[in-house]
Amino acid sequence: MAEQAFIVVEHLYKQYETAAGPVPVLKDVNLRIEAREFMALMGPSGSGKSTFMNILGCLDLPTGGSYVLNGQDVGKLGKDRLAHLRNEVIGFVFQGFNLLPRANLLDNVALPLVYCRVAKDERVRRAGEMLEKVGLGGYGNSMPNRISGGQQQRVAIARALVNRPRLILADEPTGNLDTKTSAEIMNIFARLNAEEGITIVLVTHEPDIAAYAKRLVRFVDGRVTHDGAVLREVMMDEQP
Amino acid sequence: MIAPMLREAWYAMRANRLRTFLTMLGMMIGVGAVVLMTAIGQGAQFVVDQSIASMGSNLFIVLSGSTTSGGVRTGSGAVPTLTMADAEAIAGLPAISAVAPNQPGTAQVVYGPNNWSTRVTGTTPSYLEVRDWSLSAGYPFTDSDVRFATRVALLGQTVVRNLFGDEDPVGKTIRIQQSPFVVVGVLAAKGQSLNGQDQDDTILIPITTAQRKVFGSQFPGTVRFIMAQATSPQSMPAAQQEMTQLLRQRHHIRAGADSDFDIRNLTAVANTAAETSRVMTLMLGAIASISLLVGGIGIMNIMLVSVTERTREIGIRVAIGARERDIRLQFLLEAIIISVSGCFIGVLIGVGGAVLANLVAQMAVVITGASILLAFLVAAGVGVFFGFYPANKAARLSPIEALRYQ
Repeated sequence: MAEQAFIVVEHLYKQYETAAGPVPVLKDVNLRIEAREFMALMGPSGSGKSTFMNILGCLDLPTGGSYVLNGQDVGKLGKDRLAHLRNEVIGFVFQGFNLLPRANLLDNVALPLVYCRVAKDERVRRAGEMLEKVGLGGYGNSMPNRISGGQQQRVAIARALVNRPRLILADEPTGNLDTKTSAEIMNIFARLNAEEGITIVLVTHEPDIAAYAKRLVRFVDGRVTHDGAVLREVMMDEQP
Repeated sequence: MIAPMLREAWYAMRANRLRTFLTMLGMMIGVGAVVLMTAIGQGAQFVVDQSIASMGSNLFIVLSGSTTSGGVRTGSGAVPTLTMADAEAIAGLPAISAVAPNQPGTAQVVYGPNNWSTRVTGTTPSYLEVRDWSLSAGYPFTDSDVRFATRVALLGQTVVRNLFGDEDPVGKTIRIQQSPFVVVGVLAAKGQSLNGQDQDDTILIPITTAQRKVFGSQFPGTVRFIMAQATSPQSMPAAQQEMTQLLRQRHHIRAGADSDFDIRNLTAVANTAAETSRVMTLMLGAIASISLLVGGIGIMNIMLVSVTERTREIGIRVAIGARERDIRLQFLLEAIIISVSGCFIGVLIGVGGAVLANLVAQMAVVITGASILLAFLVAAGVGVFFGFYPANKAARLSPIEALRYQ
């Protein structure tokens, strides 16, 4: 076999069982993502991109086809192995930031390290470094509800980075932010991709945000309709 | 792993102070009830055990048997078939360690201006051994006192109080049925017997003196009953058999005929009483445990609410790498913390209640480390048991739905 890509998705199907019968969401998706890529994923609501992201993030399993991440066939892994992948290979950044409201910023950032049993001193040190990296060095003891949305998203990025992942999955990370803050957040992603070679898959509705990526994949009705350059005309029919 | 989870559990509990407190309250009441009820039950048991111990251990009573004459059957002890010689013979048996023949009666006792009606028992010095009774002053009477039927007496505490007040009775002379007796010793206090009799309201005199000079007897040399002590609890059945055999032989009873005596195992009777009080303790504890159960259900209820409320948090944790067992442990820890700290306060409440019952209601209470430890273990068990279902529910949430949950 030739050199395998970082992510290989072949003939991926996903359907949900509902009372009204099975509803297909993904229909024969084929995609290869190399390490160090920065890919934007677009598509109208209901096109299946969120489902696809969940499968990429090992939060959900495909109904058919295969998904190989970093050489491992995800469909064949047990629950604990999947959790391990989420913990050590993947970092999530969500639209709603999803910080734990009762824990301070340092504890929030250090949380993934708790689940891979890193000692306390090491946790504090690495979480502190990550906060430093996203420009929130002195905020470790603050609570999430005391800082702005942009700052919360930066904390979330720090949390995603703390366990040195190779892949960051960002699901509309700027959806709740203003234009200026969005640009700051996207610059962080661009820097992570360029300087540290972290693979980034980004779901967005906004062409300006997608423009940060180097590759654009568009989903319509559970199928890939565009895969290639980040072209404005491809994005034009997007609903903001 | 555990340390950060404990911290998070603490944050979660602090965020809902009132709710946490109310949930704990259920455990507090449950554990408090168990500790208090066990303390009272064991207190009652202690009182029973104490009166059993005061009776003497491994004890038999040999009574004169019933007779049938002309179709009329008399009760036990009606016909004096037992003699001093029988008592001496029993004392020679290998499984018997001490024997005391008894000739009891009631007599008016006088000292100076005071008089008192009490139980007067004629017996031998080994009576003190059989009943495990010591003296608080003076000396016991001796075998030679029995041989010569001297007029000496040992007084129980109640008799001393009623006749002498604060005066020292040793060496003084009292009158029993008009005859003068020298008080040689005072018996230590024993308290109530199992059937509520005051054991200290008694006088002991040599049995020969009782037979010849106080009560008289139409059958000289006979005794009302014989107390016999076996060498150990294990030798009691052997002792009973040996005595039966010996007495049947001595009384020339043919095989198949009824014995003219009756051997009663007092220890067995006492053990029944002890068993009763033990069952009572158990019952009290069991009833109190029901409130512990209700407390546990309260924990389960609140944990279920908590899991629902924190669905999104669970989703986040799963997304960043928590395994099912991590989530389960997190919620289980919270349930255990609530139940164990509730239990801790409950133990304080229970002990406080027991002390109060003792001071205010004069109830006998016994608080043992074992009962407190048991309450603790049960509470932790309740936490695990009732925390497991909600924790498992949390662990099995679908991460996608949990993340979507608002």
